[in-house]
This record gives sequence, C-alpha cells and structure tokens, in this order.
Amino acid sequence: MNKRLTVSLKNGDFCGIREIPSFSGEELSSVISQSAGEGMRIVSFFAVPLPKDGGKLFAVLADDTHGVLYPLASAELKSYPSVTPSCPQAHLFEREIFEQSGIIPEGHPWLKPVRKLMKNDSFYHIDSDEIHEVAVGPVHAGVIEPGHFRFQCSGERVFHMEIALGYQHRGIENALSGTPGLKTIHYMETLAGDTTIGHSTAYSMIIEALRGITPYPRAEAIRAIALEMERIANHIGDLGALAGDIGYLPSKSFCGRLRGDALNMTAEICGNRFGRNLVRPGGVRYDLDRPLSEKLLAKIKDFRNDAVQAAEIMWDVPSVLERFEDTGIVSKETAARIGMVGPSARASGLKRDVRSQFPTGAYRFNHVPIVTYESGDVFARALTREMEINRSIKFIQDLLKNPPTSPLMNDKAKNIAGDSFAAAMVEGWRGEICHTAITDKNGGFARYKVTDPSFHNWFGLACCMKNGAISDFPVCNKSFSLSYCGHDL
Amino acid sequence: MFKSLRARIDQKYRTIPFPISDPVLPERYTGRPALSPEKCDRCSECVSVCPTGAIALRKKGITIDTARCIFCAECAEICPKDAIVFSREFRMGANEKAGLIENGAERKPISALNKKMLRTFGRSLKFRVVSAGGCNACEADINVLGTIGFDLDRFGISYAASPRHADGLIVTGPISMNMKEAVLKTYEAVPEPKIVIAVGACALSGGIYAGHAETCGGVDAILPVDLYIPGCPPHPMTILNALLELLDRIPRRNG
Repeated sequence: MNKRLTVSLKNGDFCGIREIPSFSGEELSSVISQSAGEGMRIVSFFAVPLPKDGGKLFAVLADDTHGVLYPLASAELKSYPSVTPSCPQAHLFEREIFEQSGIIPEGHPWLKPVRKLMKNDSFYHIDSDEIHEVAVGPVHAGVIEPGHFRFQCSGERVFHMEIALGYQHRGIENALSGTPGLKTIHYMETLAGDTTIGHSTAYSMIIEALRGITPYPRAEAIRAIALEMERIANHIGDLGALAGDIGYLPSKSFCGRLRGDALNMTAEICGNRFGRNLVRPGGVRYDLDRPLSEKLLAKIKDFRNDAVQAAEIMWDVPSVLERFEDTGIVSKETAARIGMVGPSARASGLKRDVRSQFPTGAYRFNHVPIVTYESGDVFARALTREMEINRSIKFIQDLLKNPPTSPLMNDKAKNIAGDSFAAAMVEGWRGEICHTAITDKNGGFARYKVTDPSFHNWFGLACCMKNGAISDFPVCNKSFSLSYCGHDL
Repeated sequence: MFKSLRARIDQKYRTIPFPISDPVLPERYTGRPALSPEKCDRCSECVSVCPTGAIALRKKGITIDTARCIFCAECAEICPKDAIVFSREFRMGANEKAGLIENGAERKPISALNKKMLRTFGRSLKFRVVSAGGCNACEADINVLGTIGFDLDRFGISYAASPRHADGLIVTGPISMNMKEAVLKTYEAVPEPKIVIAVGACALSGGIYAGHAETCGGVDAILPVDLYIPGCPPHPMTILNALLELLDRIPRRNG
C-alpha cells in the first residue's frame, strides 16, 4: 500500500476536510499512478473550482481487497501532470476536470469535451479513400436516450469508434451546490431514472454519514430488496432487448413482459414502478408487511420460473450463440486498465462488486456471491446478467422470508457535519455508483460529485468495437446497456 | 425448437384486455390527485413541501398543476385535513395545459382529433420517440407499450425508426439545451400533418429541471404540443389511455 495514503474511509463514511492528505499536482499524479499500479482503482476524481481560476482536486481510490477507500486532495492549482498516460482509467475523469474547472491535465492524450457538444471536425478521423465514416445519433431508431457515435470503417469492419455524449446534460451537479433542499432527493431519483434505488440509496448514505445516523435494519432490508428488484428488472429487460437485436423473438417477447412484472413488484412496495419515493435519508417511506411479503414471494416464484425459461431457450439456439459468442470482446487486461465496473467488468473476469467488497446495510449479513465469466464477449455479458438474476432472486427471497423488525425511519434531528468529506458506493445494476460530498462550514454542499457506473464503462464499448463489424454495434451497445443521462448529469 | 414451443405454451397469453376492462394496478399506486377544496383550511403546509411548486392556494381552494407534479405525494402526507389524496385513477392528460390543473372537479376526457385527422391517423399512427434530457423512466414506460402485455400495435399505433416515416413525435425530458437543435430538426423531418405528444413532468413543464439554464423547461417552449401526459413517469396505462382517447378509441361511458 502506498504510504502517503494516510486517511482511510469505509464505504458510507466521512472525515474532516482538513484531515485529507493534500499534495502538490505532481505528487497527486504520482500517488494515483503508483496506487493504480498496485491494484487500486479510481472511483472518483474531480475538481472543486475556485471562483477565479483553477481549483483543488479530490480523488477517491478504492482498495477492493480490503474494502477501504482513500481520499486524496491537491493544493490549489491551475495545471498538473496528467495521470492518464500511465493510468488510462483516469482519462474521462481528467477530461471532466478540464471541462468543469479549466485545470489542465498536462500531457493528456485526448483532452476533448465530455458534455459540451463536440464540433463536427473534432472527431478522430482516418484519412484514406478506403475509409468511410458513419455518424449515428443523437436521435436513434429505437426508444432510447440520445448520444452520438462516429465510426471509421472499411466496409463492415470498424477501425475506430468515438462516443460523443452530453445531449442529456441537465446541470444536476450545479444545481446541487448549496443544497440539500426540497428537490435534492428528486435529482437523485432522476439522475438515471432506471437506477432510482441505486442513486437514492447512495445519496441517503451520504446524508446519513454526515448526520451521524444509521438506518434501522428493516429499512436497510427494504432498500436492499428494492435494489435487487431494480437489478432483475433491468437485467431481464436487457436480455430481452439483446434477443430482439438479433431477431430472436421468443425471448424478446417473454423477457419484455417479465421486465414489466419485475417493475410492478417494485410498484407493490412503493406505488411507483421505478422505486420513486421509497428511499429517503434515514430509512424508507414504505413498509413491507407480512401479507405484502407473501404476495411478493408468490410473484417472484412465478417470475423466477418464467425468467429462467425465457433466458435458457436462447442458449440452445445456434443462431443466437453465433451472434453473441466472440462478439465485442473486452479482455480482462483491458477491462482492468480502463477501470470498468459492474456486470460488464465481471463478464471479463474481474471480481468487482460493491455488495461483496464494500458491503453496507443488509449486504453485511446476507451475501450475494460475485458472478464472473471469462470470455468478455456479448455472450459473457448476457450470461452474467442471467446468473445475477438468479442470485438476486435468492437474496430477495431470503430477506422477504425473514425481514428484520424495527422502525422504518431514523429521523433523529442532527445537523449535517460542516467542512467534511463523505463518500458512498452502491452496486447498482450497471455497477458501481459513487457519490461524494464536500460540505461548507454550515453543512451545505460545497461540491456534490456523482459517478455513475456508465462513466467508467462507455469507453469499454468503444474498445470492444475495435476491428468488429459495424452491424454488431447494436448488440454490443445493448450488452453494456449504459446510461446516457447518468453520464451526462 | 421443441423447447421454444414448450416455452410459448408455459409463458401463456399475456395481453391485457384494456380498454374492454380496467387494468389491475398496485394498491399503493399514486395516480391522479383527488382534491377536496372544502376540507382545506389554507394552512399552506402542502405548498411548503412541494418540490416543483405545483400547488397553489386560490380563492376557491387548492389546485395542483399536474404538468409540474412529480407525484411524490409529500403534500398528501403532510396535509392535516386530508384535502389532498392521491387516487388510484390512472386516466390523466389533456390537450391543453389548463386542463392539467386539478381543483377537485371531475376530469374531462382528452378531446379526440378532428374528423379529418382521425381519417388520416385513426387506424394507423406512427411515432418517432425523442428523448431530450429524459431520465430513461418515461422512455422505458413508452417502450413497454410495445411489449406483449400492452401490445400497442393492436391499436394501429407503433414507433417508427425514422421521423420521415412518422406521423408525429412523442417527446420526453425537459429539452436539454444540447438536444434543442436535434428536436427541432426531427420535428421538421416529420411530414405534415403531424402531432406532438409530451410525456412526463419534465416534458410538460421542465419538472424538477425547470429553471435550469441547461434546459428549455419543457416541450412547448419550442414546439406546439397536441397532447400532454402527466406523471413522473406516467404509468404505461396513463400513456396508453391518453393515446386511445386522442384517437377516440375508448368506449364512452354513460353513452
């Protein structure tokens, strides 16, 4: 372990802002590179801009083996040596730092916008008569969010694909400074609307850490049940969409319907299919009483039987396997170097799962084994989803059968700690969600940083398309199933 | 082959009978706000907890603007007089913004398209769906109408891949500034006559993103809107019912 990492935090913990070790730009850059070389990961890296010019940098590194987070900070600076050349997982964080604060990561190989729209001539371009360029988006053919993809192709073969996002930028981080206020929880719930439980739980953990309160076990159990419901709904939906993308209609139809059933189970708990209004700092707003638990147990049993069948029939069809296997491969080495998270990382053989490695709440007592697969192709990402559905169902069933008894809301009135730094991670269905907050002396947010798993993983999609066929793009894209709004904020 | 036939039998017939009979909604579903203005004693507690400023205290009592409401039901929870209750009524939506303001009166169904438009679109209507800052919840519940549970195609309504093949747009999100140009271009690409449907609180009023410099604050800031469907997100049944009312496909009750 790097000796200069003097302060460590558990997941969902906080410390005084002045306790965080502070480095010069050069030192910070080398500490991050060195730690990444020793197997740590960057879970968050951002700037707190100063009113005039420049700002301070903050980073959170994760040690997966020991389940510990290390916060780092820099002195005030206007530029620093880029971490990216030695540690590619930093590349998008550093682009974001530059865009948000003007701080220059010197030596960054591709310092382009993250959320400001790119100019047409600023895309990577291969100059040759044999190369044709394909531009897709922002308005797509399906009912999905906007993003732009630029391909450099020779015939079907993709030499390079560049992803340009930012179309969904709604200014959430700006709106969060000075809060929490009435709208804050709703920003969290709509950061990525399909990950409402994931983001609202991470935010609640931040507030609970800063207020020094712990939610009661029953509330923690209901949060975990809702988080796993969110996972199974999205996973089964994506399996169906994958089947649809290659024209295998039975699984598409069955899984599409099953996704609705899973969303409806969440609606039985809180009235909303996406888990809106359920998780609040201090606990949850709705209880799961005995009759409702039994109703859900019966529903989830039917769901499990139908889901297993709907997914399994795909694996017997050679034309399905032919499209999924060896398509869009991300090797374990690449996945580790670019800092991938979630099921896409696990499908490339990386053991990364907040639920096991940084457990909080109900996950401290009920474990979900990490699913991994080695091949890193579309098939692996689909199979990982299917296996995760099974394990999540088991987890939900165990908790529904034996829910802890306690009140739902711990609303002891305590102030939010001022001049503090808090970090919280949740394993959302797409992977690791990280929220960090820095408070001012009155306990308002001086900076609130959200890192959606998609922020880590979009580059994985670009990597998996290299030398692939452009007609495989839809199925590759769906196998990652990344968030546009979670990235764009 | 046999396995997939077996699966087809096991997975059963799943299309809901709506609009012949009503769907089964979850018990805790928060639908259309039902107001009892006569119970209100103007304490304004509800106004102070509303995150989007949807509630107004008027001379005749309280109103909730469902263009802005995100159905968090904080107002119903805090109201000491039970003047606000979120009912399980999923039928919502209006052709004009004024029709979205709830004041305790009975709901007027959405007016159907005029005869000429119905002749054109009544039996075949294709939409291009554009997300412009939507959080993927409205998008998901629009998408779900295409699944076998709702089977939108049985009403002759479907989603087209290109705006040039579409009869109208369904727009979600507060229209982020970065999507403004793309939305306008997509609208231009749809041949006349065309209709625009705004889905969800963000598309109706900007929702919680109203006032952000990064958004336009709703679809009607840049396009004429023919149908507003409230919710955060609207339940798929709310969207389906509104589309069918617009096409005059809902059997009218009481004659």
